[in-house]
Amino acid sequence: MAHELEAISDPGIPPHVHRKADEDPIAAKRAERQVAILFSLSSLGTLLFIFSYVAIPDDIFIFLPVMGNTNAHQLFLGLGLAFSLFFIGIGAIHWAKTLMPDNEVTVQRHEFRSTEEDRKEFVKTAKEGAAAAGLGRRSLIKRSLGLSLGLVGLSPLLLLRDLGPLPEDSLTKTSWKAGTRLVTDPGDRPIKPEDLEVGAVAQVLPELPPGEDHHKLSDIAKDAVLLIRLRPEEFNLDAERLSWTHEGIIAFSKICSHMGCAVALYEQQTKHLLCPCHQSTFDVTRAAKVLFGPAARPLPQLALALDSEGYLIAKEPFNEPVGPSFWERSS
Amino acid sequence: MTARERIAGNVANYVDERTGAAAWMKKNLNKVFPDHWSFLLGEIALYSFIILLLSGTFLTFWFDPSQREVIYDGEYQPLAGLEMSAAYASTLDISFEIRGGLLMRQIHHWAALFFMVAIVVHLMRVYFTGAFRKPREFNWIIGVGLLTLGIVEGFLGYSLPDDLLSGTGIRIAEAIIQAIPVVGTYLAFFAFGGAFPGEAFIPRIFIVHVLILPAIFLALITVHLMLVWYQKHTQYPGPGRTEKNVVGYPLMPVYMAKAGGFFFVVFGVTTFIAAVASINPIWLYGPYTPGQISAGSQPDWYMGWLDGLVRMAPPLESYLFGYTISWNILIPGLIIPGLMFTGLALYPFIESWITGDKREHHLLDRPRNAPNRTAIGAMALTFTLVALINGGNDIIAQQFDLSINQIMWFSRIGIIVLPPIAFVITKRICISLQRSDRELVLHGKETGRLVRLPHGEFVEIHEELSPEKKWLLTSHEQNGPLELPEIDKSGVRRPSAIRNKLRSRMSQANAEVAPKVTGKDLNEIEHH
Repeated sequence: MAHELEAISDPGIPPHVHRKADEDPIAAKRAERQVAILFSLSSLGTLLFIFSYVAIPDDIFIFLPVMGNTNAHQLFLGLGLAFSLFFIGIGAIHWAKTLMPDNEVTVQRHEFRSTEEDRKEFVKTAKEGAAAAGLGRRSLIKRSLGLSLGLVGLSPLLLLRDLGPLPEDSLTKTSWKAGTRLVTDPGDRPIKPEDLEVGAVAQVLPELPPGEDHHKLSDIAKDAVLLIRLRPEEFNLDAERLSWTHEGIIAFSKICSHMGCAVALYEQQTKHLLCPCHQSTFDVTRAAKVLFGPAARPLPQLALALDSEGYLIAKEPFNEPVGPSFWERSS
Repeated sequence: MTARERIAGNVANYVDERTGAAAWMKKNLNKVFPDHWSFLLGEIALYSFIILLLSGTFLTFWFDPSQREVIYDGEYQPLAGLEMSAAYASTLDISFEIRGGLLMRQIHHWAALFFMVAIVVHLMRVYFTGAFRKPREFNWIIGVGLLTLGIVEGFLGYSLPDDLLSGTGIRIAEAIIQAIPVVGTYLAFFAFGGAFPGEAFIPRIFIVHVLILPAIFLALITVHLMLVWYQKHTQYPGPGRTEKNVVGYPLMPVYMAKAGGFFFVVFGVTTFIAAVASINPIWLYGPYTPGQISAGSQPDWYMGWLDGLVRMAPPLESYLFGYTISWNILIPGLIIPGLMFTGLALYPFIESWITGDKREHHLLDRPRNAPNRTAIGAMALTFTLVALINGGNDIIAQQFDLSINQIMWFSRIGIIVLPPIAFVITKRICISLQRSDRELVLHGKETGRLVRLPHGEFVEIHEELSPEKKWLLTSHEQNGPLELPEIDKSGVRRPSAIRNKLRSRMSQANAEVAPKVTGKDLNEIEHH
């Protein structure tokens, strides 16, 4: 850059302007009082905090505009703490701004680069050190050290093995077996077709085996099924899938085939199922075909039948893994 | 000498004879810091971190990080008798039975949100002013690391209570792990101690959340601050400020009082908001069970853009030789964020490769004077913003009575089309602002005062700028593009011709500016 063109030159740091409190003792005294008042407000905040902790019961609610009903105990506890902290800060800043020296100072930066001598000295020392250890010459030591350092990293990795069991077929199996009764969730009552009106939706789980009184969460994560009843003529299914329904009742896995959220939003008008997490939309009339959103696969359908007592049962287990995809999934 | 001075002297003497601290303290108590409001953003992040440590420690005294099932018999009647994890039950206890517990939970959660806001805005300040340039590249990378860890730490934190909303978040995280080709299923089973949800995950992320990540945070923040200290802070350009000096206020007492005071202000404001504004009311969500969900499930804001990317992904999966690759999860969940954070971390090196600039920089750029950088920043922000908007598509659809499908399509197209448009517009705005700076220096400020000249012409009076203002508008560098001839001195084509061509193209784009006013221009004006 040609230097003679730089006619606009650096005017330098502007002259210092004194504040009122620097020159006028009355203004300085006033600033001092202001700082003291701010610090005192903080003390009042602490008093409010103590009072709220001790004296305000935790079952009183007061109405705040916009925020609605608010627990008075928590509110005043918080306000007390907020004031006690805030006014210490404001007081300190006001003190610094009005009374502490406000002269701007200029200092020089230093260069980070070491001097040539230091650099040379460093390289020499490092080389000498390496030579003294003989790393360059003693390749046997170098190689065996490299090997053992590489191997020693395996031990902590191996120790992590027992973090969990191997997946095996756990992702491909659910508790649904041929003949498993559908039971309500919650309630665990078996269901007859007539319990469900046209247009109704129910969440069901497989009936617990005898002796168990409790669905494990990791079972629900695979077993949850949504039962929907349409008019049979509303279906648009192939013969096999139609045979999996019963009098207009169709059952899908409730676990989204995208990322495993519960597909819980059913639009009665359009007969669409919507996953609230990522808005994948499935068409109930067409075997949960994906209409929209990131899901790549329909929700698995559960084949239904009736048992001898007239309760709904699974005709057979799911014919594909439920829930999100994984590497070993075959289609 | 008063008695107090004597005692202070004795203490100082005692410490100095054992540590030699006086020499170091003498030098560093006079450390000079430049002053600017935008330098407070990093401070807000630091103070929020301290608030998080304090409030978080309080919460650990009562929180029970266990997925063991318990029957709730606490004070909150609507959930009485329900089965839930001990983690959820103890979070309810903190909220309803420990005095100040709910306040502390809300301070902790609000502080986490402010922590992430402060980090992101601080990063934007550093980026748009070019503060990442040599010698501060290490600190930039540490900063990107803190941002990434902050996102993870925040996610783990709001996953701990094991309520219906956060459990859904964990479910999604599990699906992302499970989608990793070859090892995903195994990683998921190791992380969860078996099939999802299991009983191991919350105790495990608890120790990561309260020990491992905070320890890494502390180490990284310490190095981050030590480097700021050692390299001295950057400063904005202005009269008397050069690459070789620092103009500002000494640490003792002004900076100590202001920074210390500011900590209390940040703490006070966070507490105030926590007192009046409810956040994450987990008792309304209920305990987690994989078969249920609430509509409008939303992550915290710093995860929202990731969720938005996942939502807009097209439904792509490949099935090869009996194996599944879920592009609809891998691309938005791992590949794009990976590329974004890598690009962010490498940006200082990319820019210096394009400009060929290997010098130290301590004076900050005004964003308009680096149009290309500013435009790239605007492009990245637009991308993230479209993703973030899509992350709230269900809420937006509901609030504004729009169709969720339309918003999704807007995002899918917008995320590809809008960032380049943002680039072009921002670059043009920057160059136009440079032109307007040029106008100001050459012709002065418009005063709005019209004067009628004797021969009838009306003119507006322009007021000449002060020398300080003129200096501010003209002191920046304008370097031309790199000269990278395809053929070297001896007439041989360079082997890396394609790379050089790319580099010189980018360098040319980078050097596109409105020329700043020189002395010659001013002379010409005077002679008119």
